[in-house]
This record gives sequence, structure tokens and C-alpha cells, in this order.
Amino acid sequence: MIKMEYYLIVSTLMFFIGIYGFVVRKNMLAILISLELVLNAVEINFAVFNRYLFPGSMEGMFFTLFGIAITAAETAIAIAIIINVYRNIGSINVRKINKMKG
Amino acid sequence: MEYSLLILVTPFVLFLLLGLTGHKMKHHVAGFIGTLGMGLAAVLSYVVAFQYFFVIGKTGGIFKELIPMSFEWLRFTDKLHIELGILLDPISVMMLVVITTVSLMVHLYSLGYMHGEKGFQRYYAFLSLFSFSMLGLVVATNIFQMYIFWELVGVSSYSLIGFYYQKPSAVAASKKAFIVTRFADLGFLVGILILSFYTGTFDFGALTANNAELAVTSMQGLSFMGLSIGAWAMALIFMGGAGKSAMFPLHIWLPDAMEGPTPVSALIHAATMVVAGVFLVARLFPVYLFAAPEVLTLIAYIGTFTALFAAIIAVTQTDIKRVLAFSTISQIAYMMVSLGVSGYGGHDGVGYMASMFHLFTHAFFKALLFLGAGSVIHAVHSNEMKDMGRLHKYMPVSSITFFIACLAIAGIPPFSGFFSKDEILAAALHHDKLIFFVMLFVAGLTAFYMFRLYFNIFWGKEKEYDNHHKPHESPALMTVPLIILAIFSVFTGLIPFPEFITADRMSFAAHIEWGTVAIPSIVVALTGIVIAFVLYAKGSEKPAQIAKSLGGFYAATVNKFYLDEVWMFITKSVIFKLISEPIKWFDRHVIDGAMNGLAWTTQKVSDSIKGLQSGQVQLYVWAYVVGSLVIAALVLFF
Amino acid sequence: MSILSFFVLVPVLMILFLFICRNMQQIRTVMITGASALMVLAITLTVMFIQERAAGADAEMLFTASTVWYPSLNIAYAVGVDGISVAMIALSAIIVFTGVFSSWNMNMAREYFLWYCLLSVGVFGFFISVDLFTMFMFYEVALIPMYLLIGLWGTGRKEYSAMKLTLMLMGGSAFLLIGILGIYYGSGHTSMNLLEIANNLAIPIEIQRWVFPATFLGFGVLGALFPFHTWSPDGHASAPTAVSMLHAGVLMKLGGYGCFRVAMYLMPEAAQELGWIFLILTGISVVYGAFSAVVQTDLKYINAYSSVSHCGLVLFAILMMNQTAMTGAIMQMLSHGLMTALFFALIGLIYGRTHTRDIREMGGLMKIMPFASVCYVIAGLASLGLPGFSGFVAEMTIFVGSFQHSDTFHRVLTIAACCSIVITAVYILRTVGKILYGPVQDSHHLELPDAAWYEKISTLGLIIAIAAIGLYPLGISELISNSLTPIIGKFAII
Repeated sequence: MIKMEYYLIVSTLMFFIGIYGFVVRKNMLAILISLELVLNAVEINFAVFNRYLFPGSMEGMFFTLFGIAITAAETAIAIAIIINVYRNIGSINVRKINKMKG
Repeated sequence: MEYSLLILVTPFVLFLLLGLTGHKMKHHVAGFIGTLGMGLAAVLSYVVAFQYFFVIGKTGGIFKELIPMSFEWLRFTDKLHIELGILLDPISVMMLVVITTVSLMVHLYSLGYMHGEKGFQRYYAFLSLFSFSMLGLVVATNIFQMYIFWELVGVSSYSLIGFYYQKPSAVAASKKAFIVTRFADLGFLVGILILSFYTGTFDFGALTANNAELAVTSMQGLSFMGLSIGAWAMALIFMGGAGKSAMFPLHIWLPDAMEGPTPVSALIHAATMVVAGVFLVARLFPVYLFAAPEVLTLIAYIGTFTALFAAIIAVTQTDIKRVLAFSTISQIAYMMVSLGVSGYGGHDGVGYMASMFHLFTHAFFKALLFLGAGSVIHAVHSNEMKDMGRLHKYMPVSSITFFIACLAIAGIPPFSGFFSKDEILAAALHHDKLIFFVMLFVAGLTAFYMFRLYFNIFWGKEKEYDNHHKPHESPALMTVPLIILAIFSVFTGLIPFPEFITADRMSFAAHIEWGTVAIPSIVVALTGIVIAFVLYAKGSEKPAQIAKSLGGFYAATVNKFYLDEVWMFITKSVIFKLISEPIKWFDRHVIDGAMNGLAWTTQKVSDSIKGLQSGQVQLYVWAYVVGSLVIAALVLFF
Repeated sequence: MSILSFFVLVPVLMILFLFICRNMQQIRTVMITGASALMVLAITLTVMFIQERAAGADAEMLFTASTVWYPSLNIAYAVGVDGISVAMIALSAIIVFTGVFSSWNMNMAREYFLWYCLLSVGVFGFFISVDLFTMFMFYEVALIPMYLLIGLWGTGRKEYSAMKLTLMLMGGSAFLLIGILGIYYGSGHTSMNLLEIANNLAIPIEIQRWVFPATFLGFGVLGALFPFHTWSPDGHASAPTAVSMLHAGVLMKLGGYGCFRVAMYLMPEAAQELGWIFLILTGISVVYGAFSAVVQTDLKYINAYSSVSHCGLVLFAILMMNQTAMTGAIMQMLSHGLMTALFFALIGLIYGRTHTRDIREMGGLMKIMPFASVCYVIAGLASLGLPGFSGFVAEMTIFVGSFQHSDTFHRVLTIAACCSIVITAVYILRTVGKILYGPVQDSHHLELPDAAWYEKISTLGLIIAIAAIGLYPLGISELISNSLTPIIGKFAII
């Protein structure tokens, strides 16, 4: 059986790659993808901890599924926003979206 | 004697009537109503005077104080409350007669003098207001009532001086009169506060009872800067009186007040309002004498100086109304001196009696002089002596009545001024020789400048009069009051004043001291008249030469010793430039600046940190991640 | 429902009716009806109050009612009035009434009157409340509309002035909130009811020492206490006529009333101990305001500084802590409210015609608009304390009362304050002489019309009120003085 640490290493890597991408990328799609990475890293953690630490129960799995559903919904909304932003200002660079700033 | 209330109510009702509905009336209707009302008040006050002096006033040899009516108007504390009431005693009854008589004459005279003026109804409304306030002042039962009416006369005087409100000089004069007297009233008010704080009463009766026992005992032992607190209070109250009565150095408003219509000058600035200060001191005389004798001495000296000072200035003025104004100042100073040198009972109190006597006689002859001057001004349309001369042949009635008034003021027997002035000099002689000689000299000066005025107007050289506007005698409406007042000026001196009005309200027998006082004063007065005759009767060149030889002194006198300039300096430079402007600057820049500075600082601080709230979520995440890592590291390693 | 609640209800109803108004005619009808209703209510209240008192009702406050609206903090809508509040309510009703006539031709009238009514809600609510929190709430309700009224309908630097005024007053109410919380917790028993705190609970002196200054300062800002008065000249100068009237006439009285009702009433010990600091400040206000007014050239600035001086006298007299002086203070509030409202109504009238407020550009208006000018002279004379008008009565009560203080320091300050009567005369006569008398400065002014009928109603109403107090002061002075008796007892014990 694969040791739990390996899963955690992968998920940590994914998490920080996601954070890195979220912080440095200017393209909104790239930011969205990074966000997905962060969320998925967390979901991996949920699944792994459930499987290894509390094999008898299923809450972690449910939570993961729940998370996937939310992520999907969120992505749909986010992409809708991005498309609208693109239509309006012709760019999806976050630095250029400052029209509503005081 | 409840009907004495009507004397006050009539002019007040007239004021409301004329003030509110006057503009809808015809001129002569308004004037007629005003005069009629004043006539009613005059008749009533004669009745009151007769009743008081001859029927009910005297019991046991003493004139009693009568309070026919009084009601509470405002209560401050249990002890201090303002009552509005009517106090009848010898001096207030005498003042009622003086005020209503002169006021009636002025009402009558104004029908002619103010004929056709715009604002005729307003003029009569204010005359009524003035009469009301002045009557209320003299019958005041307590010092606060007096203060109330004191302010009201001030305002009516303000309105009447500024009657020609489109003339800047009249506006300035009215403003000056009000502010100077207001400044004096500040002293009056503070004096009232101090006096009432220690004695616990405003009431004249309580203050003056038993030789001002209350004031003497309640203020014993307290002193401030070397003077007793009682003396301070009385000195401050005198300041109020000095302001209204134009004592040096608060006299500066009176000459300027001549900007008002001449009948107003006769009524307010010669006969009645300006003697309010004298009346105030006389009203509180026992308090002055027993609680603050130092102040009485001060009053005597201020009076002496003012008399001399004003007389000297009067000699060189060329505006006839200003000559009369300075003469008024000088004559009021006589009354003040007389009070200052007076004692209390019996023959010691001759000064008090003489002061009231002079007030009485002066009211008539000075009103006559002003109305006469008004008649002349009406004829030649100028106030300057140089535009007048030989008017005797054009206006004989004015000339003769004016001559009688001049004789009266100069103190030539048997005219009224002689008797009253003689008593003043006698009182001064027994008190202080210096004052006596100064006042004697002033009597000479008075005779001189009055006859200078008389000769310059009615004698002297014939002037080039415009053919269309040949001077002519004034209409009967104006000459009749002159004649009536002339009769008063001749005969009022014969009234036996010591019978009626004395400091302790008991009659005493006064007699004329021919050898020491009367003969010298007549001689001095005659000398003055003769000099005036020599210099001015024929219109010689000598006065100009004398003026030239006096040089700087003459210039100083013409410019009233530059006191106006000094006061101008104080108001313009000190109050406006040195106090108010810096305060304005301070307010705008320091206080408001501090407030704006606070706002500015807030804005700057928020400006400098608002970069942190950039709206860039990536930055926030970055800060969050770094922050949690740092905290995690801290938790792990420490 | 107590009669007092109607004072809040009527303006609220006016607001509702304004929403359905379609034209100017209807708006005016609503406003006049409402304002008249308030006047009638105020008169009824006064009569009822006097009758109750005559019938022997000797409770400190009458017509009390209380509804708890936030139980967990003990906050109630508690109302009640004594003679002082009745006087203040009457003053507010008069000024709200005359203010309506002074804002006859406003643009955006509906919105204007909406805020105007909201302001009235706050003002009346403040005077009837006896619950600290409710009082504070109404206080804030009165302040906020001021910002919009000045910012939208004002003239000159209106945004700046509106912002300054609001911020300074809000700063004051921050202090006030601290004070109220201090009282709330300091009294030991969490109560917001003024009467309960005053009569049954004692705030320890250590707490009073810092709560009293906070409260006094908080209300003092609204009462134009030196050095927190600078909102007043700018605010008044920019505000539209009726707002100036209401602000100087009533809103500034909220400050004086609050100082008296909350700071002095609840914390007499600290007032005795620390009063002298504020006494000096108010003494400065009195003289300083007067001197500042002397050199101003804008009519509204002159009047605003004169308000600083007169309102300073109110706080000055309150701090003297004796019955006469305090009676004088309340009367001065009434008198100053009426006088200054009259002044602002007239300034608005003149400004509306000449389009200038600079006294150097006007002259000889007496000839052009005699009615307005005579009223202006009357206002001026009332302001400089001429007997027969309310100012004299109030000032004299204050001076005599203050001078009865046993301490020499207080008496000397009183004499200093007396000096203001001379300075007042200087600036009033200067203004009157400049703008009303003398030759006509600007030939365009010659065609200007005199006051219109609605302006006449507004000015005459105020003049009658001023003269009524001035001619028969005993009634109102007794009304106030009797209500002060239980309050003054608190100062005497110490």
C-alpha cells in the first residue's frame, strides 16, 4: 500500500503550485485554473485522510464529492464572468479590470 | 393719583398708533394727534404737580414718596425683582412738568418746522416714544426700571438723530451717540449689579432710606484698589450718568447729535435726555453722599473741568447748533458740580436744590435757544454763522426771544438763569474755592459765547441773501412755542425752589448772597456780554486777529481739542485693527485652521495607506500565505 | 398615546404625505397644514402643562409615557416634559412654522421639505425624550438632514461647509456617545432613563470626572462652544434661509439643552468641580464671538458670530449653577432662537433680492424695502438687548443671576461677559447703518420689491413672539424657574 505521505506530498505540491499560479498569473483563466489546483489539492487531502485515518466512515469522501460539485458550479460562473469581462473590455488581464475602483 | 399712569400711557399709545398706522395717515393728522396726546399728558402732569406739591404731597413738613401704582415685571431672586411703577416725589414730579412742557412745545413747533418732510409720521412716532421713555425714566421706582427706560431713551435718541437716514453724517452721528452711551451704560449696568448684590435690592426707596443706611452697612469694609466697593459701584453708576449727560470724556457724541432735526436737539439733547445723568445722581444722592463721598468729590471735579472745557470750545465753534451743544454740556456740568458740592440737610443741601433748580430753568431757556436756532436755520437754510447777520430786521420775534434766552443763560437778573446759577455758585463757594472761581469764570465765558452767537446771527453785517429766499419770520406754529418758552425763561427763576425740592425733602429758606456771589457773577457776565458786543455787534475784524494771535490753542479749540480724533483712533485702530482683525485672523487661521488641519491630516494619512487596499486579490493572497507561513514558522520553532 | 408623541408623529405624517404630492400647491398645503398642526399642538401642550401644574401636579416631568423597544439594553421610548422642554418645543414649533414660509420658493421642493420634516422629527423627538439613547438617536436624526440640506440647496462653498459642519458635529456626538455609555455603565444600574439616573442612582465622582467633560463637550460643539464653533459661520453662510433659521434657532439649542439636561443634571458633582474650565471657555465665546462679528462683511457671518456670542452666554449661565442664571439661560435660548431666526429670515429675504450678502455692496435699503428694513432694525435692536424685546430680559436675568454667585471669580467673569453688550451694539449698528441707511449703493437695487406676503408672515410671527416675551416676561420666567427648582436642589446639596 502506498504510504499516506506520498499523497500528501502530491497534494501539497499541487496546493502551492496553485497558490503560486494564483498570485503571479495575470490571466484570469490561468488564475481560475490555479484556483482549481488549490481546491483539488484540498479534496485529495480530504479523501486521503478519510481513507487512512477513519476507514470506517465516509464523511471525507462525501465532502470531496460536494467540493467537486461546488468547484464545477464555481467554474461555470467564473467562466461566464470572464467571458463577459472579455466582451466588455476586450481583455482578461486582471490588471486591466479596474474600472470600478474609486 | 392713579391717573398719573395716563401720563405714561398716552405717549406709548401714540407711539404704537403712529408707528403702526402712521404711514396711512395724512401728515397733519399724524402731527395733530401727536400734539394733542402730548397736550393731554402735559395737562395731566400739571394736575399731578399741583396735587402733589400743594395738596397731598407734604405731611409733617416732609414731601413723601408716593407710589400710586406698581406691578412686578420680572423676578430674578426672592429679593431682586424688577417692578414697573410710578414713583412721585418732588424731583420726579418736577421732571414730569419739564418733560411734558418742553415736549409739547417741540411737538407744536415741529408741526411748522418739519412741515412737508418725508417721514413726518415716523418723526412724531419717535417723539412719542421718546416722551414715553423719558417719563418712564423719571418716575422709575427702582434702579432697574430706570435702566430699562434709560436704554429706551437711548434708542429713541438714536432713531431721531438718524432721522435723515440717507445722510451718511446723520447715520454716523446716531451710531456714535448710541455706542458711546451704550459704553457708559455698561458701567451703569455693572454698577447696578454690584450695588444690588451687596444691598439685595433695586428699590430706590430702600436704597435711600435713613440716609442710605442699607448701602452704608452692607458694603462696609470691602475695598478694591484702594476704593471701597460702594464707591466703585456708585462711580460706575455715575459713568452711566456721565455718558447720557455728556460729561468729559464721554461728551463726544453730543455735538455730533446735532445732525438730527433741530426740534429733536431741543427736546432730547438740550432739555430732557441729557439731564438724565444729573437726575440719576440726584435720585441716588443719599447713597452717594453717605456711602461714597469720594465719588461725589470726583463728580464735582469732573463737572468743573467739563464746564470749563466745553465753554472754551463753545467760544470758537461756528456752527450755531454746535455752540449750543457745547453750551449744553457746560450747563449740565454746572448741575453736576452743584450736586458734587452739596451736603444733605437744611442749608447744606443748597447744592442739590440749586442743581435741580438749574435743571428746571435750563430746560426752558435751552429749549428756547435751540428752537430759536431752528427758526433761524429754517429761514437761511444753513447752520453756519457766516451765512447769517442782521437777521433781527427779518425775524424780530425769533430775535427777541433768543435775546431773552441769552440773558437767562448768561445769568442776568431777573431772568431765570440768574437765580439758579447764583445758588450753584453759592454752594460751590462754601465747599471749595477753586471750583467756585472756575465756575465763575465759566459764567463769564457763557455770557461771552452766547452773545457772540446772538450778535453774529441777529446783528453784525448784512449778508447777501438770495432774493428768492429772503429770510422771513417763521410761521405762528413756530413762534408761539418760542414766545411761551420765553415767558417761562423769564419767570421760572422766581419760583421758590427751596420750598419744594431739597435733598432731605424739608423746606429751607435760601437767600441770595449779593455781596459774595451775586454781584461778582453779574459783573463777570456783563463783562462777557460787553466783550462780545465790542467784538461782534458791528462785525469787526478783531476776532480774526485774536484768533490768529492765539495760534495753536485756537486751532485746538476749533477742533474740540482733537478728542474726536482720539476716540476715532480708539475705535478704528484699537477695536477694529488691534482686537477684531486679529481675532478674525486667529479664528480663520488658527482655530479653523486647526480644524481644517485635522481634516487634512486625516486625508493625508488615509491617502498614504490606501495603497494597501488595492483591490488586487492576488496581493491579498500573497500577504495571507506569507503571513500564515511566518506564523506557522513561529509556532513551530518557538 | 401621550400628546408628546404627536410632535414626532405629525412630521412623520408630513413626510408620508409629501411622497404623494404632485405639485408645488400640494406640497405647500401639506407643509402649512403640518406646521400649523405643530403650532396648535405646541400651544395646546403649553396650556395643558400650565393647567396641570396649576392643578397641583408636582412631578418633575409631566405627560410621561414609556415603551420599551430594546429590552436587553433597557432602552425605551420614554417621553416627558417639564417647563423647560415645553418652552423649547414651543420655540421649535414657531421656527418650523415660520421656516416653511421662508422657504416658499425652493427648487426640488419635495425633497427639500422631506429633509426639513425629518429634521423636525429629530428636533421634537430630542426635546420630548427622557431616555438617553432615544435622545441620542433623535439628535443624530436631526443632524444628518443638515448635511443634505446644506450640501444640495446651499450657496457658495456648500459642499465644504456641509462636510465641515457634519464632521464637526459628528465628532461632537462621538464624545457624546462616550459620555452616554459612561453614564449608562457608571450609574451601576444599567438604565437609560434620565429621571431614574438623576433621582435614584448616583454616578461615582471618579467616573463623572471624565464623563462630564465628554458629554459637555459633545453637546457644547453644537452649542458653538469656543474653540469648536467654526462650523457655525461656514455652515450658516452656505445654508439656505430656512435651514439657517432652523439650525441657529433650534438646532443650536439642542446643544444648550443637552448640556443642561444631560451633563449638568446627571453629574452635578463634576459640574461643580470642573465647571470653571468650561466657564472660561464660554466666557471667551461670549466676548470673542462679539469681537469677531465686528469686522465681518458678510451678513450671515456677522450673524453666525453673533450666535456664537449669544449661545456662549447660554452655556455661561448654565454653568453658573443658580436658579436665576439658569432661568436666564433657558430664556436666552428662546430669545436667541427667535431673534436669530428672524435675522436669517431677513437676510434670506435681502439676499434673495440683491444677490449679495456683502454689506459693503448695499446701502439705503430702508428706502427701497421699508418693511423688511424696519424688521431688520427691530431684529437688531432685539439682539443688542433693547428693553421690550426678549433679548433684554434674557440677558439681564443672566447677568443678575450670574452676579449672585458667591465666588468672586464668577462675578469677575460676569462683568467681562457684560462687555459683550457694547460690542454687540457696535456690530449691529454698523450693519444696520451700512445696509439700511445712507445713500443707495447700487442703482439696480432701486427696483427691488419689498417683502412678499409669505415673508411678512414669517417675520411678523417671529417679531410678535420676541415682543411678547419682552413685554410680559414674568409668565415664561416663572414657568422655567419653577421647573428648575428640583434641579437646582441637586447643586445645593453639595
